Amino acid sequence: MRSARNLQLNRNGELVHLLSTEGLPREQLLHILDTAGQFASVSDREVKKVPLLRGKSVFNLFFEDSTRTRTTFDIAATRLSADVYTLDIGHSSTSKGESLLDTVANLSAMVADIFVVRHAESGAPYLLAQHVAPHVHIINAGDGRHAHPTQALLDMYTIRHYKPDFSSLVVAIVGDIRHSRVARSDIHALRTLGAAEIRVVGPRTLVSADMVPMGVRTCHSLQEGISGADVIIMLRLQRERMHGALLPSSEEFFRTYGLTPERLQWARPDAIVMHPGPINRGVEIDSRVADGPRSVILPQVSFGIAVRMAVMSIVIGNEADP
Amino acid sequence: MSILIRGGRVLDPHSGRDAQADIAIASGRVVRIGTLPAGFVADRVLDASGCWVLPGLVDLNVRLGEPGNEHAGMLESEMTAAVAGGVTSLVCPPDTDPILDEPGLVEMLRMRAEKLHQARVFPQGALTRGLDGRILSELVQLTLAGCVAFGQAEKPIVDTRVLQRALQYAATFGYPVWLRPLEPWLCGGVAASGLVATRKGLSGVPALSETIALHVIFELLRGMATDAGGPHVHLCRISSAAGVALLRAARAEGLQVTADVSIHSLLLTDEDIADFDSRARLLPPLRQDADRQALSDALADGTIDALVSDHTPVRSDAKELPFALAEPGATGLELLLPLALQWGRQAGGPGLQRALSVVTHGPAAVLGSALGTLGASCGRIVEGGAADLCIVDPDQSWQARAGELRSQGKLTPFAERMLEGRVRHTLVGGHVAYSRPGAAG
Repeated sequence: MRSARNLQLNRNGELVHLLSTEGLPREQLLHILDTAGQFASVSDREVKKVPLLRGKSVFNLFFEDSTRTRTTFDIAATRLSADVYTLDIGHSSTSKGESLLDTVANLSAMVADIFVVRHAESGAPYLLAQHVAPHVHIINAGDGRHAHPTQALLDMYTIRHYKPDFSSLVVAIVGDIRHSRVARSDIHALRTLGAAEIRVVGPRTLVSADMVPMGVRTCHSLQEGISGADVIIMLRLQRERMHGALLPSSEEFFRTYGLTPERLQWARPDAIVMHPGPINRGVEIDSRVADGPRSVILPQVSFGIAVRMAVMSIVIGNEADP
Repeated sequence: MSILIRGGRVLDPHSGRDAQADIAIASGRVVRIGTLPAGFVADRVLDASGCWVLPGLVDLNVRLGEPGNEHAGMLESEMTAAVAGGVTSLVCPPDTDPILDEPGLVEMLRMRAEKLHQARVFPQGALTRGLDGRILSELVQLTLAGCVAFGQAEKPIVDTRVLQRALQYAATFGYPVWLRPLEPWLCGGVAASGLVATRKGLSGVPALSETIALHVIFELLRGMATDAGGPHVHLCRISSAAGVALLRAARAEGLQVTADVSIHSLLLTDEDIADFDSRARLLPPLRQDADRQALSDALADGTIDALVSDHTPVRSDAKELPFALAEPGATGLELLLPLALQWGRQAGGPGLQRALSVVTHGPAAVLGSALGTLGASCGRIVEGGAADLCIVDPDQSWQARAGELRSQGKLTPFAERMLEGRVRHTLVGGHVAYSRPGAAG
């Protein structure tokens, strides 16, 4: 029962859902980034709307809290002239899993075209993609620890904006790699784009050797991890990681892995610093770095809108195999 | 009622018999294999030409959903599934609702199962009350009620002292203890630790969860060896290469242990999770190919005694959930035989006799004296023994689709596989408990 087919692509290799950067062919990935490049200019115009999704309905289904990602999807869909509906399902008890397919069946009946889905469980958007009608598209806005493909795409867009040649890049991803869907999606995308070296950096409780076959180098000291790096991606440290004996305290984490201006000197002088947000100042990153000249954290957010516009405009034109 | 099974190829892995022969059955017993006794008149003749006649299968881990699902008629459907799969004897684990920790529940289950005149049901009792790992169940009274072994199903005993005492108490009476080796703090994930779990962001269960628990069990048994000896410990559903290595060493050392492996761990790997396919959400979780290979080798060379279906009927709405939230388990009773055959017949495989052995007298030997008088013939074809037999079309191809299965559990990670070998008739105690609709004879 090994599934040979890639659920994201139809028979013609066109993108019908965006579920993961794993298995996303290079040409598709570049097509999204190039399309986003065109949309980036829309944001600078007086009238920010284009009519590509006029008459289409985009449902934001967030089974897990999010402000930033949801808002950027809202803006992206609105700029494409779609009708946007946001359902904040939030932490609605244990029924959230059970209601998943029912919720989507009900909304499909209301003629949805795109579902933007965030869910606390890895794989939830796959379940939906397997059950929706061929003209309905699923965009994964983050599933458990598994994937956050639009974040990875906007990260790639950002990196390409500042460092166009991936083949010479050393990229360090720092922090809670174990629980990070952003890290996983970034790793797959960076591999596809041919990054020279990908390092994952953190204590052994959060960075496991299991990841090495994904094509990364594991580093357990920040100095080793960011020395000579062109790109540093700092991850948000969730407070709940102090439970389960993964870390003793956020203070100790900052002391060992927090990015300060002094430590940033270990990286290349023109290195850029990224963060998927929201930032924990003083936990994983010093404010002087987050707000400093090497930080591209705010440009990431605005590129995120263009990337999400690109993804929605691409999938809407493609139909899944029956 | 006398029955003649005519013209089949009789395969009995215990004796090594593999020859075309008629089988005469009367009063529930095999009267003769080969030349019929003078004056034998059959009330019914089953034409087995082109078929194999096998001992009825013995499955050491079958969830019947009872107690707990009486409203859904699950006992009836699952008992039918058993005989449709050629299974004539089965052991059901105690993790029912309520848990099998009281003699009355065990008696009720046995009585209800017996009334169906299908497979023989051998309940496994809860080793501790409520499976909570604190207070011993009444093992003697549960045995009198019909329990053949005691175990914890999927709930490991956290307090090692309780485990030690449970083993000592069971050994006092010669009762076997069946344990799935689970380190209680490491067994909580939903997929085997490794690249697939890491890539998919699924919480992992390391092989250490199995090996640490095996070390604890083996050390406790060693500690009892100087005393009056430990109980027979049967290790359920070994899943890792490292676990196999420990088991092999323990057997070489002379510890009184046996083991089984599930059809899933034997033939699938974590790659079969594919796009979060919840049909592959199983306990134990599917591991890597090196594990699968080690399990196959161990089952072939006798380090592992038995292959089990690990039959767990799960309703489809409990599976149509994100992978981690989906209820673990898969339907298996009707797949056990064709999958054993597939394993036996594969290139470099152990061959037909071993493949049949691990689903017949291999598991019967694990049950041993707990079978009582049935012990002399369970999992075998013996003159004078109980006529628990199945007649199989060896080359019939089929797929385990919902409509093909008698079980209420319709979901299996093997659904897309072409299976070979299908049961035509199943006899339990000389009674035809199942005939496939439309089958000849």
